[in-house]
Amino acid sequence: MALVSVKDLHKSFGELEVLKGIDLEIEAGEVVSIIGRSGSGKSTLLRCLNQLERHDWGTIHLADQRLDGGAMSPGELSQNVGMVFQSFNLFPHKTVIENVMLAPVVVKQTPKAEARRIAEQVLDKVGMSEKVDAYPAQLSGGQQQRVAIARALAMNPKVLLCDEVTSALDPELVGEVLRVLEDLAREGMTLILVTHEMTFARDVSHRVVFMHQGRIHESGDPQTLFTQPRTPELKQFIASVV
Amino acid sequence: MTDFTLWDIVRNLLLAGRWTVVLSLIAFAGGAIVGLALTLLRMGGLKPIRWLIRLYVDLFQGTPLLMQLFLAYFGAAVLGFDVSAWTAASVALTLFTSAFLCDIWRGCVEAVPSGQWQASRVLGLNYLQSMRHVILPQALRLAVPPTVGFSVQVIKGTALASVIGFVELTKAGTMLNNAAFAPFTIFALVAFGYFILCYPLSRYARHLEKKLYGAGIR
Ligand SMILES: Nc1ncnc2c1ncn2[C@@H]1O[C@H](COP(=O)(O)OP(=O)(O)OP(=O)(O)O)[C@@H](O)[C@H]1O
Ligand SMILES: [Mg+2]
Repeated sequence: MALVSVKDLHKSFGELEVLKGIDLEIEAGEVVSIIGRSGSGKSTLLRCLNQLERHDWGTIHLADQRLDGGAMSPGELSQNVGMVFQSFNLFPHKTVIENVMLAPVVVKQTPKAEARRIAEQVLDKVGMSEKVDAYPAQLSGGQQQRVAIARALAMNPKVLLCDEVTSALDPELVGEVLRVLEDLAREGMTLILVTHEMTFARDVSHRVVFMHQGRIHESGDPQTLFTQPRTPELKQFIASVV
Repeated sequence: MTDFTLWDIVRNLLLAGRWTVVLSLIAFAGGAIVGLALTLLRMGGLKPIRWLIRLYVDLFQGTPLLMQLFLAYFGAAVLGFDVSAWTAASVALTLFTSAFLCDIWRGCVEAVPSGQWQASRVLGLNYLQSMRHVILPQALRLAVPPTVGFSVQVIKGTALASVIGFVELTKAGTMLNNAAFAPFTIFALVAFGYFILCYPLSRYARHLEKKLYGAGIR
């Protein structure tokens, strides 16, 4: 049975229909990259998956549990679906470790000492154990994004959503963040990534989903998809980004 | 005709200046308490509550403080309340201050980037938890410089309480001048008194603002 199961998802902003019926099943441990032109609805799809946006129609299940339509509280959602943003969104008034500990302490009511242990563990995983007491403003973009990943992992989610997590980074800092994601993928974390890093999508993901005008236009294993695109839209898209 | 020495004038102004300071403190403390309650209600409250608070803010921002003082003093008398100049001035200045602070602080809460709300929501924090741990601490830092800056307006605003007979710095100046008739000396000293109170605050506000931008927080 799939870990994430999306059925006939529709979402409009006013007159603009952004998602026109998305069906998507994702297995536990699968790494799925979502690619597509700007405006094709990639971010909106991710934001529906953790209910940052309310969709108009369709259902989302996570391991057989209904996730959408208010079935889960924000607290429950956060322990199922983590999210990392393009713009990091670390809390600037809190240190690295405070950023990571906040949600476990406030939402899960984890005791402070235990939360600190978890935080140190996830910060170690992203290679940021040296900087636990730094403030976000004192870190490079790549370091901030790694802390943001650790912050999401501290809630021990079943799925991690990443929306263009390297797009705001200087080119020389992209690698360190992608390496962290690769490690997570290897450890069996379920990842759904919206990305413009085609090499990464090809080398690391198990499946690539091409979105076009609010629909999943084509999807499949990365090798086939990139070397033998079936539709002219995907051909064009690949030509435009390589 | 004057048997007033310069020291007499200064001494009387200093004595009255106390009441300018006290009235400013009352207005500011009262205004901050009311303003904070209004800000929180306005950010989280139901639509009609938000609408009422906006009306309140617009009314106090859109009418002269002098009229607000008149209404608090003479208006209350017409309605049968016997209010002292002290009460009227304190109430009017408190309400006036609360309206402005409510607006300043709402602006500060809204100036916290929306990504901060989204990040806390995604981490599972509810509205109050997000406010308390993420939004308000950042809004507070943004709020300090404009709040300190506005306190200068409150101090200068207390001068208007002289028209309802409240004896503070300005009123004392007028009274002294009626007796001593040395308008230039007296009003220069009065103005200097306000300057002594306001200038350090303005400087401090500017300093805080620089520090805030230096810290790289938008
Ligand atoms: N909150 C919103 N209100 C109105 N329109 C929105 C909103 N969010 C997204 N849209 C619109 O929905 C469409 C899809 O947006 P979305 O962000 O999902 O695209 P995307 O595929 O992530 O694009 P990009 O690659 O540029 O990030 C766009 O036309 C966008 O303008
Ligand atoms: Mg997007």
